[in-house]
Amino acid sequence: MSSSHNVEYQKKELPAKIRTIGLVLFIIGLIGVTASYFTDSSRSAFNNIIMLSFLTSVGLGSLFLVAVEYVAGAVWSTPFRRIPEFLSTILLVLPVVVIPLLFKLGDIFHWMHPEVVEADKVLKGKAPYLNVEFFMVRVVLFILLWILFYYFITRTSKKQDSTFDPSLTKKNIKLSAAFIPVFGITISFFAFDWLMSLEPHWFSTIFGVYYFSGSILAAFAAVTFVVVMLNENGYLVKGLTNDHYYSLGAFMFAFTNFWAYIAFSQFLLIWYANLPEETFWFLQRWEGNWIYYTIGLIFVRFAIPYFGLLSQPSKMEPKRLKIMSVWLLFAHWYDLYWLAMPNYSKDGILFSWIEIAFPVLSVGIVILLFVQLSKKNNLVAIGDPKLKRGIDFRL
Amino acid sequence: MSDKILYSYTGIFDTPDEIIHAAEKTSEYGFKKYDVHTPYPLHGMNKAMKLPPSKLGYVALVVGLSGALAALLLMFWMSAVDYPIIIGGKPFFSFPAYVPVMFEVTVLSASIATVLTMLFIFFKLPNNAHPLHDTDYMKKVSSNKYGISIQAEDEKFNEEQVKIFLTGLGAKEITAVYYDNDEINHKHKILEPKFIGFLLFTALLTSGVSYFVLNKLLYMPPFDWMMEQDKLNPQATSTVFADGFGMREPVEGTISRGHLPYLFKGQPEAAEINLANPLPFTKPVLEMGQKKFDTFCSPCHGYHGEGDSRLRGQFPNPPSLHSEKIRNWKDGRIFHVITDGQNVIPSYSSQMTTEERWAVVNYIRVLQRALNAKESDLK
Ligand code: HEC
Repeated sequence: MSSSHNVEYQKKELPAKIRTIGLVLFIIGLIGVTASYFTDSSRSAFNNIIMLSFLTSVGLGSLFLVAVEYVAGAVWSTPFRRIPEFLSTILLVLPVVVIPLLFKLGDIFHWMHPEVVEADKVLKGKAPYLNVEFFMVRVVLFILLWILFYYFITRTSKKQDSTFDPSLTKKNIKLSAAFIPVFGITISFFAFDWLMSLEPHWFSTIFGVYYFSGSILAAFAAVTFVVVMLNENGYLVKGLTNDHYYSLGAFMFAFTNFWAYIAFSQFLLIWYANLPEETFWFLQRWEGNWIYYTIGLIFVRFAIPYFGLLSQPSKMEPKRLKIMSVWLLFAHWYDLYWLAMPNYSKDGILFSWIEIAFPVLSVGIVILLFVQLSKKNNLVAIGDPKLKRGIDFRL
Repeated sequence: MSDKILYSYTGIFDTPDEIIHAAEKTSEYGFKKYDVHTPYPLHGMNKAMKLPPSKLGYVALVVGLSGALAALLLMFWMSAVDYPIIIGGKPFFSFPAYVPVMFEVTVLSASIATVLTMLFIFFKLPNNAHPLHDTDYMKKVSSNKYGISIQAEDEKFNEEQVKIFLTGLGAKEITAVYYDNDEINHKHKILEPKFIGFLLFTALLTSGVSYFVLNKLLYMPPFDWMMEQDKLNPQATSTVFADGFGMREPVEGTISRGHLPYLFKGQPEAAEINLANPLPFTKPVLEMGQKKFDTFCSPCHGYHGEGDSRLRGQFPNPPSLHSEKIRNWKDGRIFHVITDGQNVIPSYSSQMTTEERWAVVNYIRVLQRALNAKESDLK
């Protein structure tokens, strides 16, 4: 299907191999996750939260990238905007990922027990926000809002493939402009609800931004990996250049720095003020062998990607981009584990097949979703009026 | 024409596409010494000219890292070595507190170094003369045309061929550019009156503006709002209290932490009888005593307590601390002199803690023993 806008794009089926890989990972992961719930359900629930946060990061972050492109009128990312659109389909899976957690809420969240709250002045003060009913309302409302925006934005974009109607872009700009504030608020409260309230006595006002910075980085990493893979094998539109790669690499680099900036800001203020009700959260992550994990975070999440992407050529070299994007996705999981797990295992790091099953399942889900979507849809938004300009984009 | 030295041949193009194409062809032909001039940066020009990546990044990297290291050493030196003060109960060497400073200095030094390197090494300032200056060509390429200039220095340069080459590219207004004789003769016009005048003007302007901002503007509303707050500054008068003092005495009957009221004011004999020295003769105690003695007592009494004042007669010389009288005094009596003063010697109770005063007493005992050793000490 060659479009009339003299853009060279030939839709090709993804090789069956990818689907097989996805299926194998999915099945192994699913068996592992099921078995882990029978082995140690509380520990699995914490892993499940990490998985939920991870998938939300990639899915919701991708939708945010799409929205920002529309609102900012950016052209450089238009030739591969379909990739974040596809990735945002992950949002549809979230309800399923949340379900097992709903059975374990009492084990995960200290503050869900009325007798505990009754005896605790601090938790009593937070009860108007941290109570089961309101929590459930937020869980449902947030996922619902995300899916609605996902549905409308991607539907409009797909429609343009056949109608070539520029007014659809206008429509999506409006939808995106409405989505961005919703995104900003919901992602912060999502982080408060699922990650920060694991330790309900602790609070950090920057926590939402912390999760946001990691999420956007994860979304950029996922998009970069998929774009480079597909483009190298000729599944995308012809004419993508180093300048496109460079922009993706630069964004990964920028958000690596942004994450470090936010993470350090959070640490510095708490360290300086030295208030026991804030410092204990860090001290918990500084005890036993958690200290190695915490110091590792600085390297895994910051130093390695920082130096890996520092030089100009490394931001456009396909091989480097692939390695760094996979690394950053791993680093995001590492970070989420650091946020959640010390609340469950105060004595030290936990690592076994349970901790492997959840990421395996997540990757399997994403691959299967992607393959499924690529069957029915174009991998390029061929009807977008900005497409040609996007291909001609030079730095 | 014979006395003029050829600098380059220039050609003009109308569109960005043409100039990119021309740059590609020129680099393909093998020219090395040529340059392209456009009114604004063109995407893809680096590639067309086959320019290697700029080395400027290394300057930023090296200077930035040096800046970070310098800031770290600076903070370390100031807060852990030279003037250690406890701040917020943190250790003297507190790395997290240095990070913001290191970050700022890194950014500052890297950006300043990058700009200066660019100006003085890459752009060769202060040499502000260039054959292309003040040419018709330069006027055009800095408004709405795109130009290329192939230099005569290039190995492949040949006047006739370059003309044909440029014509082949579709260049218009192909012209030769010559060195200006004046420019060749004095290249570095750094002492030119205009330049000096400009420097002077900038210096005057910046210092004038700084003076105005720091000494005048900050004291005008609304900029002085920060200074004028509804609170009492130290030493200021107060309208709230009847006596008009802003700074208050402690509430009657209270004592501040770490201080005990002295019970033997004006009663040296009572002090001698009732006060016992709580400190042993250990190395840390004596070291503390020596330090305090050298600081507070030695200016008048001399480092060895012999009364050799360093005050050059501006204060009555004190008696020796080795006199029979003082050697026979009990510790409490010496302590009393330090704490309560004696005639012209003032009280040192606000400079030294109780413990430090006792340590000084012990140190004085050591000094005395050193000059009046007992038989047994020689064994
Ligand atoms: C400003 C100079 C000065 C300083 C500093 C000073 N003194 Fe004195 N000190 C004097 C003078 C003068 C006298 C003699 C006072 C008098 O007339 O009784 C004296 C007397 C004494 C005496 C009694 C000597 C005697 O024979 O009656 C003692 C003990 C003594 N000082 C100890 C100290 C100690 C310990 C310090 C350090 C904390 C110290 N002084 C610091 C000037 C000083």
